[in-house]
Amino acid sequence: MSVLGVAAVLALSAWGLVDDPKLFIRTALNGITLAALYFVVASGFTLVFGLMRNVNLAHGSLYLLGAYLGFEVGQWTGSWLLAVAAGFAGSALVGAVLQVGIFRHMQGQDLRQTMFTIGLSIVLADLMLWQWGGEIYQFDPPEIIYGRLPMPLIKVYPTYRLVLLAIAIVIGLVLWWFLNRTRVGMMIRAGVDDRAMLAAAGVNVQAVFAITFAVGAGLAGFGGVVGGTALSISPGEDVRYLLASLVVVIVGGMGSISGAALGALLVGLAEQFGLAYAPTYGVVFTFVIMVLVLAFRPQGLMGRAA
Amino acid sequence: MSAARFRRAMNAPSGSAWPQSETISVAPAAGTAALPAPIAPFAGASWWQAIRARHAIVLLAVLVYPLVATPFFTYQIGGQALVLGLIALSLTLLAGYGGMVSLGQMTVAGIAGYCIAIFGSSAAVHISLGWPWWLAATLAVLIATVAATGIGWLSVRTEGIYTIMITLAIGVAFYYLCLQNYTLFNGFAGFQKVQAPTAFGLDWREPLPFYYLALAAALGGYLLVSWLVRTPFGLALQGVRDNARRMNALGFAVTAHRIAAYAVAGFLAAIGGVLLTWYSGLIVPGSIGTGALLKILVIAVLGGIRHPIGAFIGALVYVLLQTFAMDVLGDSHRDRYNLVIGSVFLLIVLFSPDGLLGWWAWVRRRFARTGPQHGRI
Repeated sequence: MSVLGVAAVLALSAWGLVDDPKLFIRTALNGITLAALYFVVASGFTLVFGLMRNVNLAHGSLYLLGAYLGFEVGQWTGSWLLAVAAGFAGSALVGAVLQVGIFRHMQGQDLRQTMFTIGLSIVLADLMLWQWGGEIYQFDPPEIIYGRLPMPLIKVYPTYRLVLLAIAIVIGLVLWWFLNRTRVGMMIRAGVDDRAMLAAAGVNVQAVFAITFAVGAGLAGFGGVVGGTALSISPGEDVRYLLASLVVVIVGGMGSISGAALGALLVGLAEQFGLAYAPTYGVVFTFVIMVLVLAFRPQGLMGRAA
Repeated sequence: MSAARFRRAMNAPSGSAWPQSETISVAPAAGTAALPAPIAPFAGASWWQAIRARHAIVLLAVLVYPLVATPFFTYQIGGQALVLGLIALSLTLLAGYGGMVSLGQMTVAGIAGYCIAIFGSSAAVHISLGWPWWLAATLAVLIATVAATGIGWLSVRTEGIYTIMITLAIGVAFYYLCLQNYTLFNGFAGFQKVQAPTAFGLDWREPLPFYYLALAAALGGYLLVSWLVRTPFGLALQGVRDNARRMNALGFAVTAHRIAAYAVAGFLAAIGGVLLTWYSGLIVPGSIGTGALLKILVIAVLGGIRHPIGAFIGALVYVLLQTFAMDVLGDSHRDRYNLVIGSVFLLIVLFSPDGLLGWWAWVRRRFARTGPQHGRI
């Protein structure tokens, strides 16, 4: 089954490469760089879910909030790097406040927490619409990363999209280092496996939760600024990235960072190839991937069996 | 330890998140008062014995209401609340009795709405087939029910909060499909002028006939759910909600029960979808966007998902908030009703997990507790 699938994908790729190599390579690059953005956003989502079983349906709102905050700071200081930092810090702060103020009092009540995040997303979306209106905002990042880069075969490609890819790889490596090599990371991994035992071992679980939520939310805000730079920010983007995060973690396996990377790659490629080769049904490709994964591997590609 | 086993261990006393939220929020002494109406099969007692005075009062009130209310209140408030309540009722069946919180009920309603626009007549004459209304409506309900069963078949592979994520993903995917596809779903423009038919000598677009049509559908749905949860199937469904593993060990086909619940709920949502499309006269991608998906959940949770009536109470409160929030907030904030509704929803989730019905139960307990004391004095 899977062999057949891989063979079909390879055959289609070969056809695409022969038929119109420029279009194929450009689409592949677009897919990979979009996947990079999806990975940054979804890794925060999956991190929070993995430890706290909290399906944060306000994750998209935190993405958009970070983007707007970053935009304001960018306008004010004129520095894109400060905007990125503000996006991360703003969303992280909101995330930490939410965890300490609300979610720790609802521990173990998964559905109630999720309901709360749903209500929160409604309120935040309306507040942001109130504050920033329906206009489309765009960042102006430093010239050096915003030009065009000469490439073989397709001649030029926007530098920033490749920078995005590099950022995602760095984020992935930092997350890996954070989770596998630091003390807090070890606590988080222990908490994912057995929360009660971690508390019994004398670790301040609430602090670990707050840090994790802050990092997860911060990644959404970070994604908001770097993603908003590649595309743009406007109302409705929150839903788009919430959906992307959902599909990525469903496909990749919930709570798994490597799963988020794999899921993001599949979803990003499917979306861009769908857009290039079958514009009306682009979203159906993403959906088909999700259905296939659910049908044959409900826990996700990298998820552990339930 | 795997994720699901870990979660089960954390929820050990109850096995499902809803009953657990009850044990936390409701004082143990009053635990029984918050339970839904006593679950006894109809077979033993006569059905009319279950009727209380409050049932008769509510029935009389909803029957007389359009005769005293203005057409605006009959149609925009009454009709809309009944139709939204019917769709929310389908979620109550799934979430309250089946333990499956699906965000896909509005998607099912939307499929029915799109079907009636495509098979029936609309402003988009190059797509609409213009078949008679009864054929279009029957097909719409049929197709949407089948689609709901399919959504159920996919979703039951997961449980608890995973279901929310998957149904949300399915719903938003369908939204984007409708938005981007022009050959069948007419893209962003959708279908305008999908009007209720003129049949049996009545124009069902008029407030009064439409109100009674919606009332009949809502009442039918309410009775169907009330009856269904007392049948062996309904009792088994609640058993699955409380402890799926034990029901499995007892020999019940857990997956089949869950999918069947999706099918019944889909049927209700489909009827609601047809009525909602007739009510607003249009079906566009926005009718089934994320906001609309969440709206149904907000309505069901607002009213309370422990009893079928909660869906209608929630719908009434929602419609009233949506209609009059702009009057309360003043003209400069006329678009802020989402903020009001979202805040009310947050308050309900924070302070009353059982929704307005939970508050009602709390008030009744207070009343019952203070009553005898007054008697002694």
